Amino acid sequence: MVWKISDETAYDTLGDEVRLTINGVTIRAPQDQSLLVTARQNGFEIPTLCYHRDLPSEGQCRLCVVEIGEHPRTQIVNSCTYPTQAGLVVQTHSETVVQSRRIVLELLLARTPKAKLIQELAAAHGVYESRFKTDDPEELCILCGLCVRTCREVVGVSAISMKGRTPDKQVATPFMEKSSACIGCGSCAFVCPTNVIPYTEKDGIRTIWGRDFELQACNVCGNYIAPKYQLEHWAKITGDPVETFCVCRDCR
Amino acid sequence: MPRFESIDHLREYRRQLMAKRDANQPQVLVCAGPGCLPMGSEEVAAAFREELEKNGLAAKVVLKECGCHGLCAGAVRVLIRPQEITYQHVTSEDVPEIVEKTLKEGQVVDRLVYEDLHTQEKAAYKKDIPFFKGQMPIVLRKLDIIDPTSLDDYLALGGYRGLRKALMEMKPDDIIDAIDHSGLRGRGGGGFPTGRKWRICQEVEDEPKFIICNGDEGDPGAFMDRAVMEGDPHAVLEGMIIGAFAIGASKGYIYVRHEYPLAVSRLQLAIEQARESGFLGKNILRSGFDFDIKISRGAGAFVCGEETALIHSMEGNIGEPSPRPPYPAQSGLFGKPTVINNVETWANVPEIINLGADWFANIGTEKSKGTKVFSLVGAVNQTGLVEVPMGTTLRQIVYDLGGGLRQDREFKAVQTGGPSGGCIPAQFLDLPVDYDSLQSVGSIMGSGGMIVMDTSSCMVDVARYFINFLYQESCGKCTPCREGLKQILFILDEIIHGRGQEEHLGLMEELCNAMSAASICGLGKSAVNPIRSTIKYFREEYLAHIRDKKCHALVCRPLLKYTVDPETCTGCLACVRECPVGAISGKKKMAQEIDQELCVKCGLCYEACQFEAVKIE
Amino acid sequence: MDLPRLETILSRYEGESADLIPVLQDIQDAYSYLPKEELHVVSERLQVPLTQIYSVATFFKMFSLIPKGKHQIKVCTGTTCHLKGSHRVAESLSHRLGVEVGYTTKDMQFSLDTVGCLGSCAQAPVMMVDDKYFGRTTVDKVPKILKLYK
Repeated sequence: MVWKISDETAYDTLGDEVRLTINGVTIRAPQDQSLLVTARQNGFEIPTLCYHRDLPSEGQCRLCVVEIGEHPRTQIVNSCTYPTQAGLVVQTHSETVVQSRRIVLELLLARTPKAKLIQELAAAHGVYESRFKTDDPEELCILCGLCVRTCREVVGVSAISMKGRTPDKQVATPFMEKSSACIGCGSCAFVCPTNVIPYTEKDGIRTIWGRDFELQACNVCGNYIAPKYQLEHWAKITGDPVETFCVCRDCR
Repeated sequence: MPRFESIDHLREYRRQLMAKRDANQPQVLVCAGPGCLPMGSEEVAAAFREELEKNGLAAKVVLKECGCHGLCAGAVRVLIRPQEITYQHVTSEDVPEIVEKTLKEGQVVDRLVYEDLHTQEKAAYKKDIPFFKGQMPIVLRKLDIIDPTSLDDYLALGGYRGLRKALMEMKPDDIIDAIDHSGLRGRGGGGFPTGRKWRICQEVEDEPKFIICNGDEGDPGAFMDRAVMEGDPHAVLEGMIIGAFAIGASKGYIYVRHEYPLAVSRLQLAIEQARESGFLGKNILRSGFDFDIKISRGAGAFVCGEETALIHSMEGNIGEPSPRPPYPAQSGLFGKPTVINNVETWANVPEIINLGADWFANIGTEKSKGTKVFSLVGAVNQTGLVEVPMGTTLRQIVYDLGGGLRQDREFKAVQTGGPSGGCIPAQFLDLPVDYDSLQSVGSIMGSGGMIVMDTSSCMVDVARYFINFLYQESCGKCTPCREGLKQILFILDEIIHGRGQEEHLGLMEELCNAMSAASICGLGKSAVNPIRSTIKYFREEYLAHIRDKKCHALVCRPLLKYTVDPETCTGCLACVRECPVGAISGKKKMAQEIDQELCVKCGLCYEACQFEAVKIE
Repeated sequence: MDLPRLETILSRYEGESADLIPVLQDIQDAYSYLPKEELHVVSERLQVPLTQIYSVATFFKMFSLIPKGKHQIKVCTGTTCHLKGSHRVAESLSHRLGVEVGYTTKDMQFSLDTVGCLGSCAQAPVMMVDDKYFGRTTVDKVPKILKLYK
């Protein structure tokens, strides 16, 4: 049995269409596609923070929870990993679900009071301030793990991972030192929903995770393309010579 | 030890083994279980060895270091057979007298036998001790009489007979039917029907399949699995081999906490013995069935008691749980179908197969069958491991078996189920203990910890204790558990420091609702039980902390006030010498005074005063 | 780096990624901590990214990235031990050894830690030094126990 939770990107690999009910509306959707995708494709709004269509879902943020089943035997599950199945009865905005989402947002607002995305999302759910205690008013990381997954699954190098556990958990390079695995591509910073990963570019040098990366200028126009390490990485995985990548997209 | 080539070979070996053994041979069985080991059972056993040697009895008397004898309050315990005399609080100094009087002259050493605290009646024989009456040992049956390092001992008591029957007389489906019919439910906490779990796994068309024994007994206050792994390791192996045969698994793992080094070495030895004798490995007992077991040591994470977290850590990852489905029985270790049961569940399997599903299904209540082992600890007189039929009431366990509360204090609560359980107040003492009843009062069975509390325990402190434990053990993956526990801990700290507000109680309940609904795994979902149950049943205590800034149990340090009673104080200055911050002053032979500004409320002055002049309020 | 010692440990395993935790446990037992250079070698041999090793090493309580003392003291803070005042035992040990819980003495003799439960609840408070258990450890027993290891 294969238990891969499918996504829009892999639509053709999905199973047969099944019938299920979301918020009282009967819809048809491919079996085993995640409930989140099924709901969104049919116009039902479900908020998420740690979901990304190109990454495997791990269910960290718990905003996408929905209630399944019929009273009194209902269950709260996270829709990003729960498979679409025939006959499912789903509620995306039941009282329990709405309450849980509010508390989760209120908790995140206490953790990262200055994160703009969290402020906005919380406000959209009627949460304007948190009754909970803030430890570090400058904290911006919500521990959604998008950066770690992107680095590992999309970039394919794994330069960062989670360190420790409890709320003290943090995204870090091994031993908090400059990572030799990092190619300076900046995907982690790009995918981060709260812009917490510091990233600078100056005089042909990109600095990220405490390491300086020399940028390659386009052989034609002279604009910077990407760090040399990153181009070498591309060359390695594609088997093409590195020079292939030394011309920017516009000049190709 | 021979390698058993067939079932007849095994039967013949056992017949010869029994013929060689003399039921009347004197035996000295020293408890080396979790309760007695820290009290010096190794020294007692060594003293016996020496004393028997000295008296020329070494060949005549069998000396064994056994598993848990149950009644840990009397550590170190010694059982003398065949008379079944039990001695308690034995030290190496008592050994010569026991050898002289009991082993040589057949008399009882009166001063070392059990004495009822209330009636002062003495009981020398195991059957007369109230703690053992009302118990029904199935899982613990062999613990106090076998040498856990001896396969012969296990075989002599009918060991591997269940496996023999399973391989010889039953088909895999028959075994699953029997387990299903017996009504056995998971003893690790969840209470999921074992037979159903096995069937789901058996029916998945994928190979290989795996079996895991969850020995990551992480609940503070529970040690039954440790006692079974250390005291009767072959029972765990036998249960696993039967289960593997039933679901078609080729490999098994036992996941043991690294804090249990003795359990690891005993299991390792048992596995080697089982391989040598043909109970594990290729072509087990010539049945054509291959299966082997490996030990996997935990690395110190409570959350790894959760199935998916345990699997991730066995795959070399951090112990973060993942959302289900898929369930491990469908896609578990290395993505393959995997059955995970805890130690006690596996240890029940051989007897169910051996004695039949009906026998087991006749024990217990309608929905909870068989027995359950509890570690009865805390404020009771007779602490230890008890095994009772499901449905036994809390009162029977606490008062009949446990002998009531220490110093006849008032019963306040019993905490079951570890950090995921709740505190059950006196009004439910007549509750029959089974999965569903415990859940109905806001607690859980859990793995079987049962901690009795008297009026000297503060329920706010108890709630804080569990939340702090869970906060430190939360893997930090999902928001409600990670951030929720931190905020509850913060609120409880406010209350304990006298800064609590009544709204805090409602806020904590709101947090609990979100955590139990939206957390990924059982740790976060059930972390709310200690909070909900204490707020529900002990609201007054919270209010005393919040409104009156008082901890009536005198536990929460910041709310205590130490004063010296000028009438009683003799001015001996013992308290002054102990005080680490120099907060106590006064003239010699005159009443002393404590500077409340300086006092850090450590309580050392209270302990140092011999005249009870230091008062706490 | 003591390569032969590491090789002995690695030779016990088949070199699969699932061997990561047992390998780290053996290194922790042998070295009393997880030295950085050794972890780089483990990463190459087991084909496990260093990030995963770092996550594992910082997630589980038994691992330490800094050297531990010759003797490991573990004070049980299980429920029963907590109710019977195990924090006083921990405080007393901390005071006598001059080291905070979670740290190692300057002479590298003792590491002091608290653990969730040692499973000897009937003899609370319990502590453990290396593989030996001590039951009913009141504050006045602490110096006697320490003496056994000095």
